[in-house]
Order: sequence, then C-alpha cells, then structure tokens
Amino acid sequence: MPKTVYLNTPLTDEAVTSLEIGDKVFLSGVVYSARDAAHKRLIDLLDAGKSLPFDPQGQVIYYVGPSPAKPGRVIGAAGPTTSYRMDAYAPRLMELGLKGMIGKGKRAQSVKEAMVKYKAVYFGGTGGAGALIARSIKEVEIIAYEELGPEAIRRMVVENFPAVVINDTQGRDLYEEGIKAYRVL
Amino acid sequence: MIRELDVKEITQTIKRLCIEANEQLGEDVLTCFHQARQNEPSPVGQEILDQLIENARIAREEKVPMCQDTGLAVIFLEIGQDLHLTGGDLTEAVNQGVREGYGEGYLRKSACHPFTRKNTGDNTPAVIYLDLVPGDRLKLWVVPKGGGSENMSRIFMLPPSAGLPGIKEKIVETVKEAGPNPCPPTIIGVGIGGTFEQAALQAKKSLLRPLGSPNPDPELDQLEKEILGLINNLGIGPQGLGGRTTSLAVHIRLLPCHIASFPLAVNVQCHASRHMEVTL
Repeated sequence: MPKTVYLNTPLTDEAVTSLEIGDKVFLSGVVYSARDAAHKRLIDLLDAGKSLPFDPQGQVIYYVGPSPAKPGRVIGAAGPTTSYRMDAYAPRLMELGLKGMIGKGKRAQSVKEAMVKYKAVYFGGTGGAGALIARSIKEVEIIAYEELGPEAIRRMVVENFPAVVINDTQGRDLYEEGIKAYRVL
Repeated sequence: MIRELDVKEITQTIKRLCIEANEQLGEDVLTCFHQARQNEPSPVGQEILDQLIENARIAREEKVPMCQDTGLAVIFLEIGQDLHLTGGDLTEAVNQGVREGYGEGYLRKSACHPFTRKNTGDNTPAVIYLDLVPGDRLKLWVVPKGGGSENMSRIFMLPPSAGLPGIKEKIVETVKEAGPNPCPPTIIGVGIGGTFEQAALQAKKSLLRPLGSPNPDPELDQLEKEILGLINNLGIGPQGLGGRTTSLAVHIRLLPCHIASFPLAVNVQCHASRHMEVTL
C-alpha cells in the first residue's frame, strides 16, 4: 500500500530503501538542478579525473531548466523535464553516491538496474506544473555553468516538494505497474 | 483600396501573445481538464488533474509561465493578398516580437545550435509559417511548443495498402511508446496525406483547433473519436501513472497524396496546449 513520506535531504540508504513505488513523497532540504548540458559537463569532468562542482554523496538531482525569475521571486516556473536524456549519465553519478533523481518519464533498464545496485530512487514530479512546483522552491543559487542559462547547475532549497516514487530499490516501475488496472486489451 | 499595416504592430502583437499564451491556459483546455477530472477513475490521476487545474490558476493569477518549457515560438500567419505590409521586414518583425516577448516576459529561451548546443539567447529564430489568403486582414497564431512532447512525435511513410487500420495502429503505437514522456493527458495532432513535410505541418496545424470542437468532416470526426477511445484504452493516464485520461483529443487534418504514398504524421502536444490567435 503506497504511503506518504516526508523526507529530508541528503538521503540515507535506510530512507531510500524504505521507499516503494507509488509512495507520495514531500522532499525538503537541498536538491541540485542539472539537465542535458550540465550532465555532459559533469561526466567530462569525471573522465578527466577532476572533482565535481558538488559532491553527489547522498544528494538528489532535479532534472529542471527553470524559466527566469521575475523581480521579487526566487525562480520562474520550475517543473521537471523528461529524464531519459540523462540516462547515459545517471549510473555514473549513482556510483558516486547520488541517492535520488527527480524528473518525468521512463528510465532505461541500465538506470533501473543502477538504482537497485547503488540504492537510489527515481521520483516523478508533475510535468507541466511548473508554476505550482515553483512554490516549493525557497532558495536558488547558481553554483556552476552560469553560461548555460536555464541549464546551469543550481543549488535549490526546497520545502515539501511534491513527488511520487516511480522506480524503487527493488527494481519496480510505477509506469509499468500503474497502467495495468486501467488498460483495456 | 489597398490596406496598409505597419509591421511594428505585428511585433507588438506577437510580443504580447508570447507572454499571454504562456501564462493563460485556454478555456477549452481547462474545460477538458474539468471534464476529465469528473470521469477519471484513478485516484492518482484525479490528483494530477487537480494539480494541473491549480497550476493553470496560479500561472494566470501570478503571471508566471504555466510550464518552464516556454517552447520554441511557432507563429502561423495568414496574410490577406490585398494587405500591404509597411515599415520593414516581416520576418524580422516577427522575430523581434518573440525576442521582446521572451525577454520582457521572463520566458525561458530554449533555442540552441544543434551541434554546439549554444543557446541563441533570445529564443529566435521563430518558426514561421505563411499562408496567402483572400482579403486585406492578417490573422496570426502564437503557439509556444515544448520540446518534451515534440520529441515523442513521429512521421510514417506508409504503403497505401496499410489503409485505415494502419493509420490507427501507428497513432496508438506512437502514444503507447511515448508513455509518460510527453506529459499526458496529451492532444494528438494528426496529418494524413500530402507530401512528407505537408503531413507534419497538417499535424501541427490541427492542434490550433479548439478542444471540444468537432472536425468539420463528419467522417474524420468519427475517426478522431474512435482513435481517442483506443488511446485511452492504453491505461497510461495523467502523467503516465495509470488512468483513463491519456489523451484529451485527437485532431486530424487530411490532404490528397501521391498514388504511391500514404504519409502519416503524429504531432504530440502536452497538456499545456498553448495557442493564441488574433486578427489585425
């Protein structure tokens, strides 16, 4: 039976392994934004034997490219982007201790297997609800690649960020299991 | 008497519509959300639809984009052949409207070089389509189109023997393979016939039709409803979490094609179906 969980980042192995697909999660604490171009740069750094702009150990990466903040706001609209474009990079970051990813859409088998192996989870945010989700983002600071604009890496402090567990450490997939009850063959 | 229109008016209009389209979800889409909320049996699906209704309200009231992907700016122009445009270059006027709208509206700039991925910085060039029509008016549509749903779109050059069953199969297959990726509940724009590029353009144009309005061709209207039923039987549901509302509508446009061909284009549109139109 799916449960509602209030979680603080960074995430421990214990917290992550207690999560199951369908669980409704409200995340608080620091998450890091990174999408296509930033991921490529992170992996290039690792390939060159250099250190990353942040230590992924225990952290959560949010796949988002926010719209610019209007004066008086910390951020514009900030919903998740489609995650499969980060599939080529995600296992490497989980190997370094990354515990969570927030995005939308299906992940590759290799990513699901890495989540089991390295004890990490994939959270789904509501795609296209960028104005609503932005309300749970309280502080934003660009920590790397400012020249990438929306794709820069941002350190975000979130409060009760709403998400659903899509892939858990058991290798289960909500996208595959959730549709079964509503499918007419 | 030839009517004149200064292209500066086009710039100002496009600037305004880029902002409004991104902040104000159309009433037709909202009505569909509410109807879907009534009919959706999945609790998580209901919750997602509630979030989308709330998201649209926040965007409109607080004047923020409903989605961070404020799209490439697709602009359709129908220009009356008796209209004389003055004051400069039309293409530049359109691009200037996009530049100002995306800049002053704090909209995300998502246009980049395909190889280097370097951002053009102002969301230009706009994607511009021109049609010459009778009369002396100019009608324009501003249609911000996000990348997530565009990526799930497909084109098929089918053999004519595929027939109607082939069309249905490929449309449903496209939606099934896309699953949660294009932000369901989606709207499925379909272009049938024409040439390779015409099919794709018809599919995109079909998305301009207000949701809930019937196809002017009764046969196509019937086909749209049938395909929508097949799609919603997939069980994908809002955000792909399971449910009966995978798509809100299927819109079809059709053109004659070559005797050897049977082109089919499927343009997937996310639930943030943004389009605004005005006649100048």
